Amino acid sequence: MSTAVVSDTWYMTQRQFMAFLRQPAYLVITLIQPVIWLFLFGALFRKVVEIPGFGSGSYLDYLVPGVIVMSAVSSNMWAGMGTLEEIERGTLNRFLITPVRRSALMNANVVMQAMTTAFQSVIIVLLGWIGGAHYPGGAAGLIVLIVASSVLGTIFGAFSNALGMLVRERESIIGINTFLLLPLTFLSSAFMATTLMPHWMQVVARFNPVNWALEAGRSAMSAHADWWSVLSHGGWLVLLAAAAVWLSMRTFRSYQKSV
Amino acid sequence: MNTETRTTPLGVVPDQGVPDAADAAVHAVDLVKTYHPKGRGKAQPEGVRALDGLSISVEPGSVFGLLGPNGAGKSTTVKILTTLAAADSGSATVAGHDVAREPDQVRRAIGVVAQRSGADPVATGRDNLLLQGRLYGLRGVQLTRRVDELLARFDLADAAGRQVKTYSGGMLRRLDVAIGLVHRPQVLFLDEPTTGLDPEARTAMWEEIERLAGAEGLTILLTTHYLEEADKLAARLAIVDRGRVVVQGTPDELKGELRGDALAVELAATATDELPVIGALGSVDGVRDITLAGRRVAARADDGAAAVPAVLAALDRIGLGVAAVTVSRPSLDDVYLRYAGRSFSSAESTSGLEGAGR
Repeated sequence: MSTAVVSDTWYMTQRQFMAFLRQPAYLVITLIQPVIWLFLFGALFRKVVEIPGFGSGSYLDYLVPGVIVMSAVSSNMWAGMGTLEEIERGTLNRFLITPVRRSALMNANVVMQAMTTAFQSVIIVLLGWIGGAHYPGGAAGLIVLIVASSVLGTIFGAFSNALGMLVRERESIIGINTFLLLPLTFLSSAFMATTLMPHWMQVVARFNPVNWALEAGRSAMSAHADWWSVLSHGGWLVLLAAAAVWLSMRTFRSYQKSV
Repeated sequence: MNTETRTTPLGVVPDQGVPDAADAAVHAVDLVKTYHPKGRGKAQPEGVRALDGLSISVEPGSVFGLLGPNGAGKSTTVKILTTLAAADSGSATVAGHDVAREPDQVRRAIGVVAQRSGADPVATGRDNLLLQGRLYGLRGVQLTRRVDELLARFDLADAAGRQVKTYSGGMLRRLDVAIGLVHRPQVLFLDEPTTGLDPEARTAMWEEIERLAGAEGLTILLTTHYLEEADKLAARLAIVDRGRVVVQGTPDELKGELRGDALAVELAATATDELPVIGALGSVDGVRDITLAGRRVAARADDGAAAVPAVLAALDRIGLGVAAVTVSRPSLDDVYLRYAGRSFSSAESTSGLEGAGR
C-alpha cells in the first residue's frame, strides 16, 4: 500500500518535472526574474546600509536572502494556475479514474514545488556570490536558508492550489497574488532591517510567514548563528506548511465531490 | 421493478437483451445526481437534477450506446460509472464491482476516453502512455511492449516522440483511446468520442471502435449525441432525456416501434385536388397518414417496399403520373421525437444541464 504511494508519487513528480524541463521559456523566466530583483534592488537600495542601526556591511549580503524568499513566494503562489489548467483540460479527471493513490497527486505537487524552489534558491545564492556577496554562516547557513525558502514555497503553493480548486477562476488567483506579494515582502526583513521599521510594521512582520523564513535564514547565515531563532521560526514555518498541505488535500476532496 | 413500463408510456420495446445484474458488464439502477452550481444569484436553489432515476444494463462484449442531446445526463452517468463522481442515490456495478464500495477494483477494470482529452500536452505521446501504464502497475518490458503495440495500432508510431500539443484532433483522439486501453480493460467508456472531429477523422474513429468491439471481448459503453453514430456502432442503445432513459432496445427494434416506413412520392405534375389522391392511396392496404403538399405526397406504410406497386397503380388509375418514389426506414430522430416528445435539435438548443457538471 505505502510502496504504491511512493512509486505513484515518484511517477507523478517525474511527469511534472519533465513538463518543467520541456518548457524552457518558463524555466528561464523563473531564473531571470530573481536576477532582475537582485540587481535592481541591489542598485536602488545600496546606500541603505549607511543608515545607522542597519547593521550589515554590504547591502548585497543583506539582499540575497530577501530575494530568495521573495522568489520562493512569487513563483509558488501561481501553482493554482497549473492545477486549474489540469482541471480544465481534464488531466486531473483522467488521473482520478486510474487507481493512482489520491495522496500521490498532492505529494507530487509538494515535492515539485519544494524542488524547484530549492533549485531557484541555489541559483540566486550562486549569482549573489558571483556579484560579491559574502555568506559568513557558511554552508550550514545557506542550507537553512534554502530549506526555509522551500518550506515557505510549499506553503504558498499549497494555498494557491487550494484556492485554484475552490474558486476555479484565474482572475481570483491573479487578484489575490498581486495583492499579497508586495505587502508580504515589504512587511518582512527582505529589503529593510526590521529594527528600522515603524513599530506597527515590526508587529505585523512578527506574524508574517515570509519573515519567519527570513529570520530563520538570516539567523543561520550570520557569523554567530542564532540556532534558537532558526528552530523557533523554522518550527512555525513547518507547522504552517503542514496546515496548508492539509487544507489543499481537503479542497481536493471537495473538488472530487463537485465533479 | 419494471423501469421500461414506467418510462415509456407509449409502448414497451421487446427487451430480451437485458442481462441480469450478475451477468451484466455495466448495471446501473435508479441513479440520481443533483448538482449545486456555485455562485451568486443562480435561479436554481434546489440544484440541477442531472440524473433522475437512470437505469441501464450492458451485456458483456457488446457496444452499448447512450444517446441523447447535450445535457441529457450522459456524461454524468459516465462520471458515476467510472468512479469519478458519486451518485446521490441508486447503485451501479461495473465488471461485477460496486462503483461506490469498490472503486479501486472498478478503476482497474475500466478504460475511459473522456469528452475532453486528458492527455498531457507538454509530454510526448509515448510518455503519456508509459505514465498511464505505470499507474496501473505495468513495468519494464511488459509496459514498453504494450505501449509500442498501441502506438503502432493507432498509427501514432511516427508521432510517438512528439509533444502531444502538436497532434491533430484525430491523432489526439486516437491517443486518448490508446491511453484508455493500456492496461487491457474489460469495459471501455467512450464519452462522445467523435465530437469535434472532422468527417474523415470521425469515419476513422468509427472503424476503430468497430474493430475494438469485435476483439478481446471488450465491452464498450459509448455516449453520443449523433443519431447516426449510435445507429452505426451500438448493438443496443438507450435514449436518454432529462436524466432518465426514455426507451432502450436495439436500433432496429426502436425504429421498428414506429411501425412502418416513410413513403415519399413525387408526382409528375401538381395535383389540382388533393381528395382523389388521398382517396387513391388510402385504398391501398397498410398505407396511412397521407399528406399532400404540391407535388409531394408523404405517407406511412407497414411495408414500404411491398406497397410501392399498389400505390403506383392507384395513382395511375386516377390519371396521375409519378416522377419518383422513395421508401425509407424510420430514423432514430423519429424515435427520439416519439419518446422524448420533442425533436432532437430542439432538445439540443434548450438544454443546459451538462454545463453544471463541470
